Amino acid sequence: MAEPSSNSPRLPLPDGLVPEEVVVRTEKRWFMIMAAMLVVMMAVIVATGITGALHPSSNVEVIDPTTLHLQGEFIESNLGTAFEPDGSVTVRIIAEQYEFVPQCLQVPVGTPVKFRITSADVVHGFLLPDTNVNTMVVPGFVSEVRTRFSKQGDFAMPCHEFCGLGHHAMWAHVRVVPKERLGNPTSLARVTCATQ
Amino acid sequence: MQRSSRLALLHYWVAFATFLPAVLLGAWQMLMRSPLPAPLDDSAAYYASVTLHGTAMAYVVTTFFTMGFGYAVAATSLGRPIRGVTAAWIGYAICLLGTVMAVVTILAGQASVLYTFYPPLLASGWYYLGAFLLIAGSMVWVVLMILNMAAWKRDNPGVPVPLPMFAITATAILWAWAAAGVLLELVCILLPRAFGGSELIDAALGRTLFSVTLHAIVYFWLMPAYIAFYTLVPRAAGGRLYSDTMGRLTFIMFLVFSLPVGLHHLFMDPEHGSGFKFLQSSLTFLVVLPTLLTVFSISASLEIAGRVRGGRGLLGWIPALPWDEPMVLAVGLSLVMLGLGGFGGLINMSFAMNSMIHNTSWVTAHFHLIFGGAVVIMYFAIAYEMWPRITAKPLRSKRLARIQLWSWFWGMLITTIPWHIAGLMGQPRRVANFDYSDPLMARMGPLVIISVIGGLVLLGSAILLIVVLVRSHFGAAERVEPLGYAIAVNPPVRVAPALNGFGLWTAIVFVLMILTYGYPIGQFFILKSHSVPAVEITMPDAGGAP
Repeated sequence: MAEPSSNSPRLPLPDGLVPEEVVVRTEKRWFMIMAAMLVVMMAVIVATGITGALHPSSNVEVIDPTTLHLQGEFIESNLGTAFEPDGSVTVRIIAEQYEFVPQCLQVPVGTPVKFRITSADVVHGFLLPDTNVNTMVVPGFVSEVRTRFSKQGDFAMPCHEFCGLGHHAMWAHVRVVPKERLGNPTSLARVTCATQ
Repeated sequence: MQRSSRLALLHYWVAFATFLPAVLLGAWQMLMRSPLPAPLDDSAAYYASVTLHGTAMAYVVTTFFTMGFGYAVAATSLGRPIRGVTAAWIGYAICLLGTVMAVVTILAGQASVLYTFYPPLLASGWYYLGAFLLIAGSMVWVVLMILNMAAWKRDNPGVPVPLPMFAITATAILWAWAAAGVLLELVCILLPRAFGGSELIDAALGRTLFSVTLHAIVYFWLMPAYIAFYTLVPRAAGGRLYSDTMGRLTFIMFLVFSLPVGLHHLFMDPEHGSGFKFLQSSLTFLVVLPTLLTVFSISASLEIAGRVRGGRGLLGWIPALPWDEPMVLAVGLSLVMLGLGGFGGLINMSFAMNSMIHNTSWVTAHFHLIFGGAVVIMYFAIAYEMWPRITAKPLRSKRLARIQLWSWFWGMLITTIPWHIAGLMGQPRRVANFDYSDPLMARMGPLVIISVIGGLVLLGSAILLIVVLVRSHFGAAERVEPLGYAIAVNPPVRVAPALNGFGLWTAIVFVLMILTYGYPIGQFFILKSHSVPAVEITMPDAGGAP
C-alpha cells in the first residue's frame, strides 16, 4: 500500500510570507554577485588565452582530399618532420582510416613545432595526452596547431574522433628527442622514426 | 481531461521502455572498453551499440518524455483539456514510426555512425529517415504547445499564463530552433546523399548545422527538470515558490542564450575562425546565469518550506525538509550533480582550456553527470509524481523509489568521477577497446574498472525504476489528489507582456542567430571546393550484423 504523504494535510501558507521587496532585493543582490563571478571568469579566459597564445586550430584552409597524394605539401615524400630556415620545425601528417601517416614521428625538444594535418577520407581527431595539442581533422581542411615540447619522452597519439569500425586501432606515437638526434637541421630530408 | 492524461501516459511508456535497454547497452559498453572480459567482445557491435545508446537516450527517451510531460502540464496547469488531441496522436505515430525505423537500421548494423552522424561517414538512408521522422514529428507537439498557450491567453485576457505552461512553451520554441540545425543537415546533406541525390557531401557544413542543435538540445532535455524545480518541488516540500518572476526570466534566458552558442562544440575544428569561436564562447557564459539564478530561487523556496516545518537557525531548515518525498530527495541529489557537472562545463566552454579535454572521457563524464544525472533523476521524480495522478494508482512504494534515486545518484558518481580523471590523463572517447599493456592506458585500467561498477549500479537502479512503475500500475485504484503546482510567495496579479509571451524573445533569438551563425554557415557558400566523397559504413564481414 502507499505510504501516507508526509506533507498532507498541507499547511495553508499565507500570501506574502516574504514581502515582495525582500524577494526583489535578495534576488538583485544574488544576480550581481553571480554576474560579477562570470565577468571575472571571462576575464581570466581572455587574459590566459592572449598571454598563453592558446589557439585551437582556426586557420580555415581548404584542400582537396582526393588529390593529396598527387600534389601539394601532403605528398608522401613531404610527410614527417621538416626543418624551417628559422630553426623551427613543421610536421606534416595525413590521417586516414585507420592510421596516421607517418605512424611514428620525431620532434626536437624545446623548439617551436607546427603540426599541419589533414584527412584523406573522414573526420579524425589528433590528441597528444598531457599536452595542449588537440585538434579535429576534417576532410577538405588543413588543421594547424603550434606547440613547443618542454620535456623529452614518448607520447601516444590516439585518433579521438569516431572514424569508422576500425577507430580503436588508430594510434600513432610522437617521440620528443634532443635536437641533435634529428641530424643536420639544414637537411631537406624529412624525419620520421623509421629514418633514424 | 481523460484523453489528455492518456496521451501523456503513452508518451511516458515509450520513453521508459526505451530507457531500460539503453542503460543495459551503456553498461555493456563500459565492460567492453575496460580491461575486464566482456560478453560478445566485438568492436563492430560496440559502435552499433554506442549509436543505439545515443540515439535512444538523446532523441527517443528525451523527446517522448518531454512531449508527454508537455501534454500533462498543458492540461493540468491550464485546467482544461488539450486542444488538438487528434493532431497529437498523429505526431505520436510519426515519432514512433521514425523510432522503429532508426532502431531497426542500427540493429541491422547499417547505421554505426553514432547519433551525431559524423559526415562524410554515411549510414543507410533509413537511419536518417527514421531520425528525421522522429524529430520532425515532434514539431507537431511544438505547434500544439504554442497554440494551447495562445488559446488560453485569448480566453483569459490580462491574466498571467501559469508558470508551468509558460515554461513548457519556452521549451517547445527552444526545441523548434534547436531541431532546425539537425533537420536541415538531414534534409539538405545526408538524405540526398544517402538516397543517391548528390555525389559529394559537405561534411563541414553538416558539422556546423549540427552544432546549432548540439547545445540547445541539451537545454531541451534539461527544461522538464527545471520546470519541476520551479513548479513541483516547492509544493512537494510543503512550501511556496520564492519568485514567479525569476521563473519566467530563467526560462526566457534559456531560450535566448542556449542557441547562439553551439559553435563551442567546434572549438577544435579547422573550418571556423577564432573570431566566431570566441564570440560564441563568450555567449556560452551567459547560459550559466539562469542556472545560477535557479539554484538561488529553489534554495530560497526550500528554505521557506523548511522553516514552515519548524526548521530553525541558519541551516536548520535543511534537515527539516521532507526528504522522504521522492521529489524533494531528487532535487537535492540533482543539485549536487548539477554543481559538479557544471564546474566541468565551465572548463569545457573555456576557449583554451577546452584543448586539454576535448574528445576525451572528461566530456563523456560531463554530460552524463548533467544529463544522465541531474536531469534524468528529475525525470524519475516527475514520473513518480505524475504516474499516480494519471493512473489513479498510488506509488508502491516510496521507499523503493527513494532507494532507486539514491542508487542512481551513487551509480552516476562512481561512473563519472573515474571518467573525469581518465579524460584528464588523455583517454580518448568513443573507442571500442584499449590496449591496456600500453603505458598510457595501463595507469587508467583501475579507473575504468571502477566506472564499470558504477555502470552496474546504474543498471540495477534502472531496473528498480521500472519495477516501481509497473508495480504501481498493477496496484489497486484509489482516489489520488490531482496534480497541483507550487504557488508563488507573492502570486503574480499582472505581469509585463514581455514576461507573458514569446514574440519579443523569438525576434531576439532570430537576430542573435543571424549575428552568430550567419557567417559561420554562410562561409561554406563562398569557400572553394571543400565538399568531399562520402565513406559508407559497412560491417567488416557482409551479413555479420550483431
